Amino acid sequence: MLQLNQIHKVFNEGTPDEKIALDTINLTLNEGDFVTVIGSNGAGKSTLMNIISGVMIPDVGSVFIDSHNVTGMSEYNRSKLIGRVFQDPMAGTAPSMTIEENLAMAYSRNKTRTLRTGVTKKRRDYFREVLESLHLGLENRLNAKVGLLSGGERQALSLLMATFTEPSILLLDEHTAALDPARAELITNLTKEIVQKYNLTTLMVTHNMQQALDLGNRLIMMDKGQIILEVDDGQKQHLTIEQLLNEFQRIRGTKMASDRALLS
Amino acid sequence: MFTAIFGAFESGIIYAIMALGVYLSFRVLDFPDLTVDGSFVTGAAVAATMIVSGANPFFATVTALFAGFIAGCITGIIHTFGKINALLSGILMMIALYSINLRIMGKSNVPLLNTETAITHVRDFWDKTGIDSFFNAILSMVGLGDSLPRTWGIILFMLVVTLTIKFLTDRFLKTEIGLALRATGDNKRMIRSLSANTNMMVILGLGLSNAMVAFSGALIAQQGGFADVGMGIGMIIIGLASVIIGEALFGTKTIARTTLAVIGGAIIYRIVVTMALRVEFLEPGDMKLITATIVILALIMPKIIDRTKEKKRKAKRLAGSMNISELPSGRKGEAGAAIKSDS
Repeated sequence: MLQLNQIHKVFNEGTPDEKIALDTINLTLNEGDFVTVIGSNGAGKSTLMNIISGVMIPDVGSVFIDSHNVTGMSEYNRSKLIGRVFQDPMAGTAPSMTIEENLAMAYSRNKTRTLRTGVTKKRRDYFREVLESLHLGLENRLNAKVGLLSGGERQALSLLMATFTEPSILLLDEHTAALDPARAELITNLTKEIVQKYNLTTLMVTHNMQQALDLGNRLIMMDKGQIILEVDDGQKQHLTIEQLLNEFQRIRGTKMASDRALLS
Repeated sequence: MFTAIFGAFESGIIYAIMALGVYLSFRVLDFPDLTVDGSFVTGAAVAATMIVSGANPFFATVTALFAGFIAGCITGIIHTFGKINALLSGILMMIALYSINLRIMGKSNVPLLNTETAITHVRDFWDKTGIDSFFNAILSMVGLGDSLPRTWGIILFMLVVTLTIKFLTDRFLKTEIGLALRATGDNKRMIRSLSANTNMMVILGLGLSNAMVAFSGALIAQQGGFADVGMGIGMIIIGLASVIIGEALFGTKTIARTTLAVIGGAIIYRIVVTMALRVEFLEPGDMKLITATIVILALIMPKIIDRTKEKKRKAKRLAGSMNISELPSGRKGEAGAAIKSDS
């Protein structure tokens, strides 16, 4: 469960470059909610992710996860509760370490790290089992260096590492944007499968409108640091891209300024 | 000749501990840590001063290890909490340690001759066992009777110590904390998103690295019979040379293999330097120049080898297309394609 209260964040305050990144954001995710976030470039989507994950601290407002106030908690401490997948497939894994070592690090996420061996036989069996759910054959390559995997495989592994410890919140930051269409579809399907399997409370940023409509039970649209549209469970099923774009125009009086959003 | 090589081998094994420390900071943490030049002397200074004032030499050596650990941790703290560039924080600590080392020793050189050290203890113990005469008998049989080392005890003792440290390092890097430490050098953002405190990891890693360096310094002081405030100059380069030479010669497939390679590199480096110093026109003062040259060569050679290989491959391909141009011009394209696909 995630709750954002009155979040406000300004960059370069007091200079000519001042930019209000987030303006009084209120958002509540109930347990099991899967919310997709769309919006043009500079709408504040990434800042929102960074505030939730603790990379940035909000100027005003508070963040609650599982009814704990985590607003001032450091990024690494908060990561015990949050699983994250980044846009860059290279960002979510350690390239010079093996698949099983990467999984072992993810396995220790919500535990205290000790001087016990990272990859034990018991854990290796477990890793093999969870890797099978990716259907990529990675379970037979436990000792391969992750740097040797393709972008799609690495992103699938990142997704698994972010989720298999069942975090309270899963944050997906355009995690299919850097992949070719076939790979992107694979990751999208895996995302759907995994989120359902563990019943994860998920927030997903995407530029792909179709993906935003296909996945999840709720949708929010952001612009200039504000949430300008919230679509709930029932309405979302019947929504089309055209309706979304029209809605944006109706609220803002301009066309949505994102080529990527329009083309995809 | 062989006596010199035995000597080089012996000190190479001790320097290997320092090289393992450099491997930990330079390769595992991806942190070019210049503290090494200072912490090596800190280890020597602490051990020598304690031994001269009557402490148990083994206890003094272990204390030196802790002194190095603290020095490394401070570099880590300067870097992480002070947000000072990695190279600069190492240099700052190195400079600071110069004064601290002088304070510890009270003068610029502490001689350890005619003093009981860990090395003399081992030698005395070993002499009683009489294994030396056995080994020497074997060597004499193969015709090396005139180049016997002073004692086998030190070499074997240091081999055991160095390999123990190597195995402990290998084990540690496979523990949960060890994995997080390696990931800190590999992908900081990722391991932070997996709830590891990367600042603590950098501090811990530098601490362990400099603990090994100081330990090595303490042993070198006892082996050489003195601690000198200038004995650490260029130590980081010697460590780097060992790491690079070792990795190039013995490979880096697994961690256990790499740490073994680093030890091998340290020994080979010592032997190369010893051989180089036997060339007539070189003097002991040229040592640092030789080191710098070896490191530069070790860094450049793999690239040059790759380039010549690539050139040869290109030349081959070019030779292939020359043959094609001799064919009737009408079939040139087709034949060219055919030949290319064959090669």
